[in-house]
Amino acid sequence: MTVPVRKFDAVIVGAGGAGLRAALQLSEAGLKTAVLSKVFPTRSHTVAAQGGVSASLGNSEPDHWHWHMYDTVKGSDWLGDQDAIEFMCREAPNVVVELEHYGMPFDRNADGTIYQRPFGGHMSNFGEKPVRRACAAADRTGHAMLHALYQRNVRANTQFFVEWMALDLVRDEQGNVQGVVAMEMETSDVYVFQAKATLFATGGAGRIFASSTNAFINTGDGLGMAARAGIPLEDMEFWQFHPTGVAGAGVLITEGVRGEGGILRNSNGERFMERYAPNAKDLASRDVVSRAMVTEVNEGRGCGPNKDHVLLDITHLDPEVIKSKLPGIREISIKFAGVDPIKAPIPVVPTCHYQMGGIPTNYKGEVVVDSKIVSGFYAAGEVACASVHGANRLGTNSLLDLLVFGKSSGNSMIEFIKTAPHDLPTLAMADVERSVARVERLNKQTNGTQVNDARAAMQRTMQNHCGVFRFKDMLKEGVQKILEVEQMVKTTEIADKSKTFNTARLEALELENLIEVAKATMISAEARTESRGAHVRDDAPDTEAHPNGRDDENWLKHTLWHLEGNRLDYKAVNLKPLSVDTIALKTRSY
Amino acid sequence: MPNVPDVNNMIDEVELKRILWRSRRGLLELDLQLERFVNGAFQGLSAAELEDYRRLLLLPDQDFLEYLNGKAECPDVTLRAIIERIQAEQR
Repeated sequence: MTVPVRKFDAVIVGAGGAGLRAALQLSEAGLKTAVLSKVFPTRSHTVAAQGGVSASLGNSEPDHWHWHMYDTVKGSDWLGDQDAIEFMCREAPNVVVELEHYGMPFDRNADGTIYQRPFGGHMSNFGEKPVRRACAAADRTGHAMLHALYQRNVRANTQFFVEWMALDLVRDEQGNVQGVVAMEMETSDVYVFQAKATLFATGGAGRIFASSTNAFINTGDGLGMAARAGIPLEDMEFWQFHPTGVAGAGVLITEGVRGEGGILRNSNGERFMERYAPNAKDLASRDVVSRAMVTEVNEGRGCGPNKDHVLLDITHLDPEVIKSKLPGIREISIKFAGVDPIKAPIPVVPTCHYQMGGIPTNYKGEVVVDSKIVSGFYAAGEVACASVHGANRLGTNSLLDLLVFGKSSGNSMIEFIKTAPHDLPTLAMADVERSVARVERLNKQTNGTQVNDARAAMQRTMQNHCGVFRFKDMLKEGVQKILEVEQMVKTTEIADKSKTFNTARLEALELENLIEVAKATMISAEARTESRGAHVRDDAPDTEAHPNGRDDENWLKHTLWHLEGNRLDYKAVNLKPLSVDTIALKTRSY
Repeated sequence: MPNVPDVNNMIDEVELKRILWRSRRGLLELDLQLERFVNGAFQGLSAAELEDYRRLLLLPDQDFLEYLNGKAECPDVTLRAIIERIQAEQR
């Protein structure tokens, strides 16, 4: 078998914030760096980040990285590794100022310093009161970040391979990573990108759920590739959800709608929040509202032909109020739900937003398995689990994660490449052959499953059995169901076998990545019998012995899911920061 | 009635399929709207309209979405007609 080989010092898969930040570090150090991306870099999903990037610059009021660290550990419900969290919060001011120097158009104060605004969960003086820590470029922070980093990379001669899809990781017999197999979309030609160091910066996999805010490209390609190459996935049971996305679309309906008087109703038209939160009702906190919605659906009071959503009703509001105060919501509802909320209620469902778990790394971006570094392999951004977000992520810490760990993995790669032999080793062909065989299987499959059918089955299973609020029996059943869906994915068939920009083939390959993430999520969630952060189980309720259902005695540990045999094992949370004292366990309450 | 040529055959097939892939964006709201469009009116575009759509796809996502949502008017007047075609598909 002959597969052409392209050789580099470093290869990076993914050109969002983390990939671009790492690439910049490598290219500016004079290393030959390739970046592969399915889409043009500035159209990566980082573009969707609006809120900002947090850093304790203290431009508007006193702030300190140690306070930011405290907030992040607390937000993570103590599942975050405190060395990585200290590193991130200490580095934050540096990476933000660097970005400013790269031309990022941050909003400014009158005195020229970067303007900072408050954001949920960010507090001063160890949780005392809200602090202004988020730096933003209007509501286009992610967009501006991508543009600044892309321009800088072009200047530094980073080599971009746009409209390429990485298929598999290449490891030698000792497990050292040698690069990736990748497909050029225009021709369907398969190449090996061999490099001394390989970074995955492929983002999250929110598309495993039926309702997700993620763009269609977020198919967890790095996670699928890592899992197939024998790398476990860490803490995949932890996903952040928003209570109200438009059912069937995923576009968010802001919580402000309930603030204006919006009422949630079930299929009987009942205002069900009165039963769950008699005082706050529809204005109860996010998790209470999400749980109530899921319980209504599970107990058969869901709406629509599949009884799979509830309704957000604002028909009782003055149409003029809707038009003046909620114009964006009316437009979203008309466009994506097909209903004018002045006349009919909006179908809504809890919607997946962010993946906390991922490829296990340390704070240097090095991939770590069984306490050992996987030589030549790095991960950063949403695909990675450093772990700074633990069981729940604070707003604005995702863009910070990209910058800090994009840069630190770039630096680790530079050090590694310096000590590597000048010539690349002989390429190990076993993984390359497996990858090519995967594409061949797809091309030759007959009497198979349709990709859309298998994807829909996966998304439905994940949404119903492993959503924002989880039930023991549903999870158990979900494990069986997702393993059945896996069998469908193994026999997907495509009608279009053509070579040029074959979207059908690409979507089938993406699904092979998504299904690994789905299995990891379901199996990890079924096993974790506590509630912690974003993983909330009906059978692990809030009790005096276990506030919020958290069980530190048994579950203060990271999950590791292995593809081989769907095996789970666990590793300790690193409670020891780099320079300060441990932030001691306590109940997470705001 | 003159015969209407199948204009989609007049544009390079590779280019046509590239355009379909590039309708995948970084923002969900664009993905959803463009998905409807490429499964609908896209099939009947003239060669000139297809060329407009190809140029439209070069816009940054955030600008593109603002124009589609009618929050701002596209400064390139030659793209406004194709934007209206996509908007019409959302009703």
